[in-house]
Amino acid sequence: MPDLALGDVKVLDLTNLVAGPYCTKLLADYGADVIKVEIPGLGDGARRLGPFPGDMPHREKSGLFLHLNTNKQSITLDLQTEAAGIVIRELIREADILVESFRPGTMAQLGMAYESLRSINPTLVMTSISNFGQTGPYRDYRLTDVMVYGMGGEMYSTGIAEREPVKLGVNVLLYQAGATASVATMGSLFAARDQGIGQHVDVSIMETQAGSIDRRMSTLIGFQYTGEITGRNPHGSGAGYPFGATPCSDGYFEVSAGRGYFPRAVSMLGSPAELDDSKWYAPGAQMDMELKQEFDTMLMIWSLERTKSEAWAIAQKSRVLSAPLNTMGDLAVDPEFNRRGAFVEIEHPVAGTLKYPARPFIMNDCPWSIRRPAPLLGEHNSEVLSRLGYPAEDVVRLRQQGVI
Amino acid sequence: MPKLPLEGIRVLDITVVWAGPYCTQFLGDLGAEVIRIESLNTFVPLGRGPMAHPTEETLREMSPWTGGTPDRQPGARAWNRYPIFNAHARNKLGMTLDFLRPGGMDIFKRLLKISDVLVENNPTETMERLGISYQLLQGQNPSIIMLRMPAYGNDGAYQNHRAYGLHIEGVIGHTLQRGYADMDPSANTSVLMSDAAAGTQGAFAVMAALHHRKRTGRGQLIELSQAENTMSFLGQSVMDHSMNGRNAATLGNRHPYAVQGCYPCKGEDRWATITIFDDNDWTAFKQALGNPDWCREEKFSDSISRYHYHDDLDRHIGEWTQRFDSYEVMQLLQNVGIAAGPVMHQRDAYADPHLNQREFFEVVHQEDTGTHVYPGIAYKMSETPIKTRRGPVRLGEDNEYVYKTLLNCTDEEYSELESQGHIGMDYPEEIP
Repeated sequence: MPDLALGDVKVLDLTNLVAGPYCTKLLADYGADVIKVEIPGLGDGARRLGPFPGDMPHREKSGLFLHLNTNKQSITLDLQTEAAGIVIRELIREADILVESFRPGTMAQLGMAYESLRSINPTLVMTSISNFGQTGPYRDYRLTDVMVYGMGGEMYSTGIAEREPVKLGVNVLLYQAGATASVATMGSLFAARDQGIGQHVDVSIMETQAGSIDRRMSTLIGFQYTGEITGRNPHGSGAGYPFGATPCSDGYFEVSAGRGYFPRAVSMLGSPAELDDSKWYAPGAQMDMELKQEFDTMLMIWSLERTKSEAWAIAQKSRVLSAPLNTMGDLAVDPEFNRRGAFVEIEHPVAGTLKYPARPFIMNDCPWSIRRPAPLLGEHNSEVLSRLGYPAEDVVRLRQQGVI
Repeated sequence: MPKLPLEGIRVLDITVVWAGPYCTQFLGDLGAEVIRIESLNTFVPLGRGPMAHPTEETLREMSPWTGGTPDRQPGARAWNRYPIFNAHARNKLGMTLDFLRPGGMDIFKRLLKISDVLVENNPTETMERLGISYQLLQGQNPSIIMLRMPAYGNDGAYQNHRAYGLHIEGVIGHTLQRGYADMDPSANTSVLMSDAAAGTQGAFAVMAALHHRKRTGRGQLIELSQAENTMSFLGQSVMDHSMNGRNAATLGNRHPYAVQGCYPCKGEDRWATITIFDDNDWTAFKQALGNPDWCREEKFSDSISRYHYHDDLDRHIGEWTQRFDSYEVMQLLQNVGIAAGPVMHQRDAYADPHLNQREFFEVVHQEDTGTHVYPGIAYKMSETPIKTRRGPVRLGEDNEYVYKTLLNCTDEEYSELESQGHIGMDYPEEIP
C-alpha cells in the first residue's frame, strides 16, 4: 500500500460536470477515497459531453469525464427514494468530506441540509459549489463559462478595444473554481481533524473569479485607488516593444521584452548594427509608434526564418520572456514535457489506453498515482453496498427497484 | 471561539510576482503565520510594483491595475501602494533580509528552524545561486515542507526559461484556444490564468503535505511546474488530441453546440453575454423579446439550424440587446430561465447587489495607503469564517517581531543588522 498524502481521507462526491468533479479529482489523485454518486442510467452530465473517440458519443468514453474522474469509485443512487436516503446517510456517517454541486436548495429538498447532516456526522465538512453561492439575489440564476468570466472575472479588459470582450479557452475557469474549492475544503478538514469542528463551505463560482489573481483583484483595487476603469487596449498598442505574438515559419512566437528588457531583445536578434543607433535608447523611444513599427518589422523578418521552438531557444539564451504558441499536438510530442512525466497513459476497460494530463505537482514523499481509471457508471455498486452490509439479494432488489 | 484552520503553522515566503504570493495568501487567509521575506537592496520587476521610486509623471503612464496608486500619487513609500502587489498581500507579515549580504544566510537558517513550510517560485538558477535547496532546508529542519513553483520544472532544458503566466499559457496551448476566432493571436490580451492555477493548487499541495506530516512526522519537497500544473485545466483538449489527434482552436465567445455570444448593450462599451442551449431556451428567449418577426424565420426554427445561422442570429440578438443596459439584459433573460449576464467592469463589481449582499468586499486599512474597500475571500466557511485580518503587508513592517520576538535578537544585533542593510522599511534612493 503506497503512502498517499490523503490516504486516510474519505470523500462522498455528489458533484456533476466540471468544477465539483475537479475539486474531488484533486482529493482522489492525492490519495483520498472518493465515492462518486451518479444518477442511475444517466450518470454525470460530463459523460454526455465530448470529446469522444471518433466523435461517437458513449457514456464511458467522454474525454472530459475520463480526465475528471480518475481514482474515484462510482455508485448510482436515485436520491429521490427512501432506500437511497438510507444508503447515503450511511456513507455520510463514515465520510470526512461531502462535496456537492446541486442548485442551491436541492440538498435541503433531498433531506440533506447541512444542519441535518451534522446530527449524523458532527465533524463533516460539506463543500457546496454553485454558480453564485448559497445566498444572494443571483442565487438561482443560470451560469455558463462565458458568464463566469464576464461577471466574476476580467473579461471586460480581455480582447481589443475595437471589438467585444472575449473569454478564455474552453472551460478553464470552472477548473479554477474547483481548485479554489479544494483549498477551502482542505482548510476545513484541518479544523475538523484538529478541533473537531465540522462546517459548511459555500463556494460561489462567480467569486472564485472576483477573488482571482488573474488581474481581477488588481483591477478592482486599481479602480478603488484611482476611480479608473481598466478596459481593452486598441490592437497593437500597449506599453513598450517588442510585445505580443509574431509569426514564425510554423506558427507564432510570443515575446515580452519592452522597456527595461529591450536590450535583451536586441541581443536575441544578434545585436544587428541597425539597433546600435542611439534613437532606440532615447527617452520616449519605447512609446514611439514609428520606432515600434520599424522594430516589429525587423523582428518579423527574424522570426519568419525560424520555427517557433528555434526562436524560443534563441530568445531564452538572451533571457527574453517568451514562448512558442504551441498546439496540443506540439505539446504532446514535446520531449521535455514527456520526459518529466507531464502525461500519463491510463488503461480504461471501455475507452482503451489513452494519454492523459498527469500530476499537477510532484510530492516527493507520497507521489501522485493512478490507482484506477475513471469508473464505469455504477461500477462499484455491489462493492460499496456489500461493505455497508447489504446482502447480495438486497442489492439485486435495489437494482430492480431502480434505486441503483 | 474556534481557531483558524492553519493557526500554528509558520510559512516562510520568498515568492515573487503573482503565482507564489497568491499561494501564500491562501495559507495566510486560513490562519498560517506567513512571513514574507524581501530584500531592501533588490526591487524585483513587477514584484511590489513597476518601480520603487516613480515620479507622478511615470505613474500616470501606467495602467490602473499595475501603477494605479491611490490618486496616482507615489506617496512616501510607493512600493506599499500598488494594486498589482496589494492584490495578494493580505494576512501576511513582512520582514526584510538580504541573502547576498554577510549574515543573511545565518538569519535565514534560524528562521528555517522555527518554520513549517517554505514557498518559492524563482527560476531554478536563481535558487542555486543563492544556495537555497531542499537539502539546506532539511539540514536545519528535518520535517520542513518546501514548495517550489518554477515555470517549467526544476530540471531539464526549460528549467531556467524566463516566463510570466502568459508565456506558460502559450507553451501549454491555452493561448491558441482563446481570443477572437477570426483574428491572429496578436490580438490576444496577456492573461495570467496559470498564476491563479499555480497559486491555488500550490496552497492545496502545501495542505496535503501538512496533512501527511501530521500522520507520518515527515516533511517533503513539492515541485509544482506551473506549466504542468495548468495543463490539467485543458484536460478536454489534451484528451481530444489523445483520442482524435485534433488541435483545439479558439471559438472566440462561441460555445461548441449552444448559441452563445457577447452582445453590445446600451451605453458606451457595455456588453452582456447570452447562452441559448435548446428549444426550451429558444422559446423562452423569443417570448422575452416579444416574439419579433425574425424569430419565426425558418433558419432559426431548430437548434442545428440556429447554430448554422449563428452570425445572422447574433445580428438580431445584438440589435435587441442594444436597447437595454447590460443588467437589464440579465434580468429580462434570467427571469425566463436563460443564462445571461453583464460583462462587469470594476465599478459594476463594486456596486453589484449580489457581491455586496454576500459581503464579498471588505473595508481594510493600511498605513501607507489609507482605508479602502478590497475584494475579499473567494469562499465562505461557516464555523471558521475567513476574513482580511490585516491589510496588504508593507515592506519590512514586522521586522521587530520577527527579529526580536521570534529570533531573540538583542537590540545591539538588531541595530547591527540595520546598519548592514538587512533591516529597514525603505528601499535606498538609488533604486529607481
